[in-house]
Amino acid sequence: MDVITLEWWQLGLAAAMVVALSACTVVARLGVGRSLLIAAVRTAVQLTLIGLVLEALFASSRFQWVALMALAMVLIAGREVMTRQQRRLSGGWAFGIGTLAMFLSSFSVTVLTLTVIVGPTPWYAPQYAIPLLGMLLGNTMTGVSLAMDRLTTGVWQQRSVIENRLMLGQPWQEAISDVRREAMRSGMIPTINAMAAAGVVSLPGMMTGQILAGSPPALAVKYQILIMFTITAGTGFGTLAAVAAGSRRLFDHRERLRLDRLHSPKSHGR
Amino acid sequence: MPAAPDLNKAMPLSLEGVAIGALEDISLCLAPGEITCLSGVSGSGKSRLLRAIADLEPHEGEIRLGHQPQTALTGHAWRQTVMLVPAESQWWAEDVGAHFTHDCREGLAALDLSPETLDWPVDRLSSGEKQRLALLRALSRRPQALLLDEPTANLDHTTTLACEAWLVEQARQHGMPVLWVAHDPEQIKRVARHHVRITGSRLEAASWT
Repeated sequence: MDVITLEWWQLGLAAAMVVALSACTVVARLGVGRSLLIAAVRTAVQLTLIGLVLEALFASSRFQWVALMALAMVLIAGREVMTRQQRRLSGGWAFGIGTLAMFLSSFSVTVLTLTVIVGPTPWYAPQYAIPLLGMLLGNTMTGVSLAMDRLTTGVWQQRSVIENRLMLGQPWQEAISDVRREAMRSGMIPTINAMAAAGVVSLPGMMTGQILAGSPPALAVKYQILIMFTITAGTGFGTLAAVAAGSRRLFDHRERLRLDRLHSPKSHGR
Repeated sequence: MPAAPDLNKAMPLSLEGVAIGALEDISLCLAPGEITCLSGVSGSGKSRLLRAIADLEPHEGEIRLGHQPQTALTGHAWRQTVMLVPAESQWWAEDVGAHFTHDCREGLAALDLSPETLDWPVDRLSSGEKQRLALLRALSRRPQALLLDEPTANLDHTTTLACEAWLVEQARQHGMPVLWVAHDPEQIKRVARHHVRITGSRLEAASWT
């Protein structure tokens, strides 16, 4: 069964709906018309570009190009994690810890899934590797950035409590345990919620896509379950690593709380 | 405290050339079982000096308990031994009792607190009760030296006296050297064996007047 091809003019019709919506908000003076249009243009341009990149990648199928693409993806995700934190660790640690945590978890889970579970030939076949890594990275990024943000702001807010616990002779792991638990929780909640609501409230995007592309629903469901589990493992291990490394960095070799290792938040921006 | 005091563990706490913030070259020896009061205008660095002794802030100089230097122990082991009770105590669990890891019933009575206090939620405590419970919480963990930052600031006169008597007795009984930040000259006269004052960047022995 072939997918019905989409023509540019057909996309234009969908775009017209967005333009109509933005016109309505301008008329009603709701102040979102402009950003709506900009975001719509960004989507079109970014996805078109990535489409070209993927076509080239699929055509060549060389390992080094797939690896380069994967590396670029993880670096961009690392930057995104950093900018999403209000009080980030200074000296490149915010970027370093986030990127390394995502690299370790997303890459190992992706490689494991490709080689052991799905098994395409070659194992790095870009048609499988890149979408899988992309979905994993996207979710891991959300988890890691939420957890790191919660960790650093939590430590800042509870600095007196943490120090008082240190004064009573508690090891740093114990003094920071409440904040660490909170951080881990906020990193994992979106994934847990997504798993709980899958199929009941929301039809996951990948499954929908496969069904639209003509796969039998039973196969699409299997793939979706596989993806859900790998996303959970990737996000969980990434968040775990980031929270562990981040909270270690907040204390020095004498187990002192070192808030001077945090940047103060910018007055504006994200 | 239920167990008999172990006076063999009693050791002096000594500072040599300690520098932190505006303070330079602070040297001081605190004898076991004796209370030394520390005074100085606000902002002179009293609390920061205590934080340096508890190793909560990077500092220079050598601090020893007996022959053991600060760096010979891990951070938390040192702070378990040389315990700082801050001016404002913090409570992280919901119930008072969850903050206590050791038995403390005797101390409750001595500090004029009822045994049920341990079952209360922290929100119910007055600032005076919090202050006394913070002292008890620290002392029940059996430190070998004690750093007190204005331990009676929120207490009325009668409770202050009871609290002072208990602390003096605890220091004597367990042979703990105590550094006590105080403002009130009357209190200093009542509890202290020695009195040092921060002037500028130095520590000076204050004369008894």
